[in-house]
Amino acid sequence: MYPDNYRYTKEHEWVHVEEGAGTVGITDHAQHELGDIVFVELPKLGAMVEQGKQFAVVESVKAASDIYAPVSGEVIAINDALTNAPETLNSDPHVAGWIAKIKLSTPAEIDRLLTPSDYQTYLGAE
Amino acid sequence: MLDTIGVSSLEDLVAHLPAAVRYNDRLPIPDGKSEYEIMDYFLKLGETNAGLQASFLGAGVYRHYRPVMVDTIVSRGEFLTSYTPYQAEMAQGTLTAIFEFQTMVCQLTGMDVANASMYDASTAVPEAAMMAMRATGRSSVLVARSVHPEYREVLGTYAKFQGMPVQEFSFHAESGQVDFDDLAKKITSDTAAVIVQSPNFFGIVENVKQAAALAHEKGALLVVIFSEAVAMGIVEPPRDADIVAGELQSFAISPSYGGPFAGIIACKEKFIRQIPGRLVGEAKDKDGRRAFCLTLATREQHIRREKATSNICTNQALIALMATVFMSVYGKEGLRELATQNLSKAHYLSAKLKKRFTGPFFNEFVADVGAKDVAEMNRALEAKKIIGGLPLARFYPELKTGVLLCCTEMTKREDMDTVAGVMA
Amino acid sequence: MSERIKPEGIKKVRQQPSQNEDLLFEISSPGKAGYQLPPLDVPSVDPKAVLGAGNSRDAIDDFPEVSEVDVIRHFTRLSTWNYAIDLGLYPLGSCTMKYNPRINEAAARVDGMAWPHPYQPDALSQGAMEVMAELERCLNAITGMDAVTLQPAAGAHGEFAGILLIRAYLESRGNPRKKILIPDSAHGTNPATAHMAGYKVENIASNARGMVDTEILAKAVDDDVAALMVTNPNTLGVFEEHIADVAKILHDKGALLYMDGANMNALVGISRPGDFGVDVMHLNLHKTFSTPHGGGGPGGGPVAVKKILEPFLPAPRLKKVGDKWEWNYDLPSAVGRVRAFYGNFGVLVRALAYIMAHGGDGLKRATLDAVLNANYLRKRLEKHYQIAYNEPSMHECVFSDDIQKKLGADTGNIAKRLIDYGFHPYTVSFPLIVHGALMIEPTETESKRELDLFADALISISLEIEENVEFVKQAPHSTRTSKVDEVGAARKPIVRWRR
Repeated sequence: MYPDNYRYTKEHEWVHVEEGAGTVGITDHAQHELGDIVFVELPKLGAMVEQGKQFAVVESVKAASDIYAPVSGEVIAINDALTNAPETLNSDPHVAGWIAKIKLSTPAEIDRLLTPSDYQTYLGAE
Repeated sequence: MLDTIGVSSLEDLVAHLPAAVRYNDRLPIPDGKSEYEIMDYFLKLGETNAGLQASFLGAGVYRHYRPVMVDTIVSRGEFLTSYTPYQAEMAQGTLTAIFEFQTMVCQLTGMDVANASMYDASTAVPEAAMMAMRATGRSSVLVARSVHPEYREVLGTYAKFQGMPVQEFSFHAESGQVDFDDLAKKITSDTAAVIVQSPNFFGIVENVKQAAALAHEKGALLVVIFSEAVAMGIVEPPRDADIVAGELQSFAISPSYGGPFAGIIACKEKFIRQIPGRLVGEAKDKDGRRAFCLTLATREQHIRREKATSNICTNQALIALMATVFMSVYGKEGLRELATQNLSKAHYLSAKLKKRFTGPFFNEFVADVGAKDVAEMNRALEAKKIIGGLPLARFYPELKTGVLLCCTEMTKREDMDTVAGVMA
Repeated sequence: MSERIKPEGIKKVRQQPSQNEDLLFEISSPGKAGYQLPPLDVPSVDPKAVLGAGNSRDAIDDFPEVSEVDVIRHFTRLSTWNYAIDLGLYPLGSCTMKYNPRINEAAARVDGMAWPHPYQPDALSQGAMEVMAELERCLNAITGMDAVTLQPAAGAHGEFAGILLIRAYLESRGNPRKKILIPDSAHGTNPATAHMAGYKVENIASNARGMVDTEILAKAVDDDVAALMVTNPNTLGVFEEHIADVAKILHDKGALLYMDGANMNALVGISRPGDFGVDVMHLNLHKTFSTPHGGGGPGGGPVAVKKILEPFLPAPRLKKVGDKWEWNYDLPSAVGRVRAFYGNFGVLVRALAYIMAHGGDGLKRATLDAVLNANYLRKRLEKHYQIAYNEPSMHECVFSDDIQKKLGADTGNIAKRLIDYGFHPYTVSFPLIVHGALMIEPTETESKRELDLFADALISISLEIEENVEFVKQAPHSTRTSKVDEVGAARKPIVRWRR
C-alpha cells in the first residue's frame, strides 16, 4: 500500500525522491479522511517552499486541508490535471495524484522523514 | 417536566451557577405589553418620523414603489421563519430562490458569478477589495473620491487591518466623472484594485471602459460599485469590470432609516473561488433530478476558520428574496420602463436648476445654488412638507454650494415644481 | 415511551409536493408582465440622447418576463419545500430558533418606521432615534454593560467591531498586542474575525470538563495577548464555572475578555456578562431576540461594552440635547464605521418589540423555560445517546454518536433520518471537541408535546439503528430531493442559470 521508496510525514504527505527532485502528494490515509476531493489549490511554478510549511490546499465538501511541504526547495512542476480532475487524489493518491515536484535545496531533510514502516506504525498508533 | 428531570423548581436548574455571577434583581424593563400597546408605541413614534412625506434624498438609499406581492410572499412563514439552507433536503424553496437571485444579479450586472448577498453595499466594498488582493497577490487599493463617502469610510476601517493601503483619486471638477490622469499617476504594480462607482455618488455615469483599460494595463482589477440598482434597467452594465459590488435596496427594500439592506458581489468566472459569502449551486439528487445546495463552503468561516475568505456568516436571504420578487414582478421590460421614468423625472427637474456637473446622470444630480443658503432652502421646503436634497458640504467641502437631488418614479411633478421654485 | 415508531405513527411529517417547479427563466415568456406603473407626469426622455449611446442599455438579456399569477404560484410552491419554525421545532444548537412573533413584523412595517431616510434631518427622525435609544438602554440592562453600538449587521460583524474596539483601547495604552486566544470549542466566526482584525489566533484547549482550562490559560496569557474570545455558556451548553477567574487572569495581564453572545438565551435575566468580567460582547438579535432568520438573514449584531471601551465606539452616537435626540459625530477616539448609516434599523424595531412584549419578568421566564426544555430533552435522551460531558446543561445539550457509531451509523445519518420524522436536523458535528456531535437547543418556544415528539423520534431512530442500520443510512426517504450531490456541485460549480 505505501510504496517502499517513498518517505512520509506525520501530516500525511509523501515524497518520492529521484535525481535531486522530490515528487510530493498526500497519502491514501489522508484522501480517505478528507472524503471526496473537490478542488486542489496548487502551488505556483517557481515558488520556494519550506519543509513543514503550507504550500497547497486540498478541499473536500466538508473540509479544506492545508498540505505541508515534506521538503524544502523550488517548485519545478505542478500536476495541472488535478484542476479538472481533483478526484484523482482519491482514486490514485500515490502516483497519478501527485501534486508537485520540488527541486531539493536541502537533501539532508529526507532523513527527518518517516520510512513506510514508521508511517504505518504511526497510523496504527493514531 | 420538572419531575422527569428530577428537580423541584425552575430555580434548581440554574442553581449551579456561582452565586457571584447571579443577577438577582428584576430587569429594569417595564412589564410585558399587549399587541395593542406595542403597535401604539411604534405608531406614535412613527408620527415623529417623516415617513411618506415627499423627499428628494438619494445618496445611497432610494425611495421606490414596493409591489404588494413582495410582502405577500416574504411573509409566508416558510420563507420568513426558516433557517439557513445548510440541510438541502429541507430548504429547496430558499435555495431555488437564491439560485434565481444569483442568476438575475449576473444578468443585471453583466458578470458570470454572483453570491447570495452581503450585508449591504458598504461592507461589500471592502470584501471586493480583499477579493482583488487574494486574486492578484497585490496589496494596495485605489478608490475614487466619487464613491459614496460612507462606503469609503468602511473600506478604510477594514483596510487598516488587512495591510491594505488605500489611496483616493479625484474626479473632474467640471464633468463630475473620474479624473483618469490622476488615476494613471497613482496606479502602481502593487495596485490590486481600482474602485469606481457608477452611477457615482453624484449620480453621474462613469466611463467604465476607460477605467478598465487603465487598471488592466497595470495588472490591477477593476471593481465597480453601484448604489442605485434601478439604474441597471437602462444604463449599460459594467461588463469590463472584474468585480461588481453594490446595493439592491432599491428593489422593494424599505429605506428603514438605513437598514437592513442587501448588498451583492458579482464577478467574472475566473474569480469564483475568491468570492466571499454564500453560494448556491445546482446539483443532481440521487434520482438524477435537479436540486440546489450551498456550495464552495470550504472558503467560509465555519470550515476554514482563520483562513476563511471572510468572517461573514449571515447573508441577507429574506431581503434578497424581496429583491428577487421585485425583479420577477417588473421583469425585463418593467425594469426598463421603471428606469426610464426615473431618468425622465430627474431630467425634468434638472432642466429647471443650475447643474454643478456636466457628466451624464441617471436619477440623481447635483444642483448648484450659488450664494443661496442651503439650510434655509431646505427649511422652506420642510414647511411645505418636502424633504429637500442632501447638502454636499457635509461630505465634500469644495462642493459646499451643491445639493444632491434624487427623483424617482414616486416623485410628483408638483413637488418638483415647488423645489424648482425654492432653489432656482 | 421508548419504542420504534411505525411509519403511520409519525405525526409530524408534512408531505412535500412532488412536482418539479421550473425556474423563473423557464416559465418566462416574452410580453408577460406583472407590473403597472402610473403614467409619467413629465415628458419622457430618450435614454440614448441623455446618457449617450455608449451608456445606454439595449435590453437585459434573458431577464424573466412573467405575470403576477406566475410569480405568486412560483414562490408559493417554492415555499412549500422549506421547513420553518412555523412548521415545527428546529433543534439547532446555538442558533436559538425561537418563534418569530408577528407583532414584530407589524411594528417594522409601520410607515414611520419603514420609510425614513437615514439622511433626513435629525429633527424629523426623533421617533427612529428614540427606538434606537430605548433598545440601547434595554440591552445595557440585560447585559450589565455600560454602552452599546447598534451598527453591526450581524453576529460576525459585531465580533469584528468588538475586536476593533479592543485593538483601539490597547493602542491607546501604547501597545495593540498581537494575539487573540480562542477556545477549541468556539464557533468558526471567532478565529475568522480575529484574523480579519489583524490578530494572530492561538487555540486554547478545553479541560476534561469541556470548559476553558484556567491553568493552560494562565500560562498562555502573556504580554502579546490582546484578548480571549469566550462563549458563555460555551458551545456545549455548559456555564463556564470559572469565568470570573478567567476574567481576572486576563485583566491581571492587561488583556480583555470578549464574549460571543450567541448563547445569551441561557443568561437573560439570571446572569449578566458585565457582572462576571466581560469587557465587550456582541449579541445576536436574530437568535436571543426573536428577529426572523428569513432563510439566512438579515440579522443584527449589537456590541455592548464597559465604560473603558465607550470612547472607541463607532460614530455617530445618539446624544440627547435638551429634549431632542441628535447624531453626534464629534467622537475623536471612535474606531471607524463598520457599515454605512446607523444599523439594521428594521431588525432593531423587531428586537425592541420582542423585549416590550416580554417585559423584564417575561424575559427571565423565557430563559428559565429554555433551560427547562433543554434539560427535559437531555433527560429523555440520555439513556439512548451518549452525553458528551457530564456537566449541568443550560439551554442546550450536546451528545456524541459513540453508541451509534459502534453499530455503523454516525451523527450525520441520524440527522438525515430525523427529517423523515418531520424535524429539521440538530447541529451536526459541532463543537469540534466532541467526536460526532449532536448539538440540541429547543428554545423556550417548544411545548412539552413538541419536545416529546422530538425525543420519541430520536429514540425511535436509535432503535432503528439497532435493527436496520442500512435503512437509516439511506435517509431521508420522505423528501422531494434526497442525497443532493454536493461533491459534484463543488467540483463543477454551476451558480447561475444559462439559456
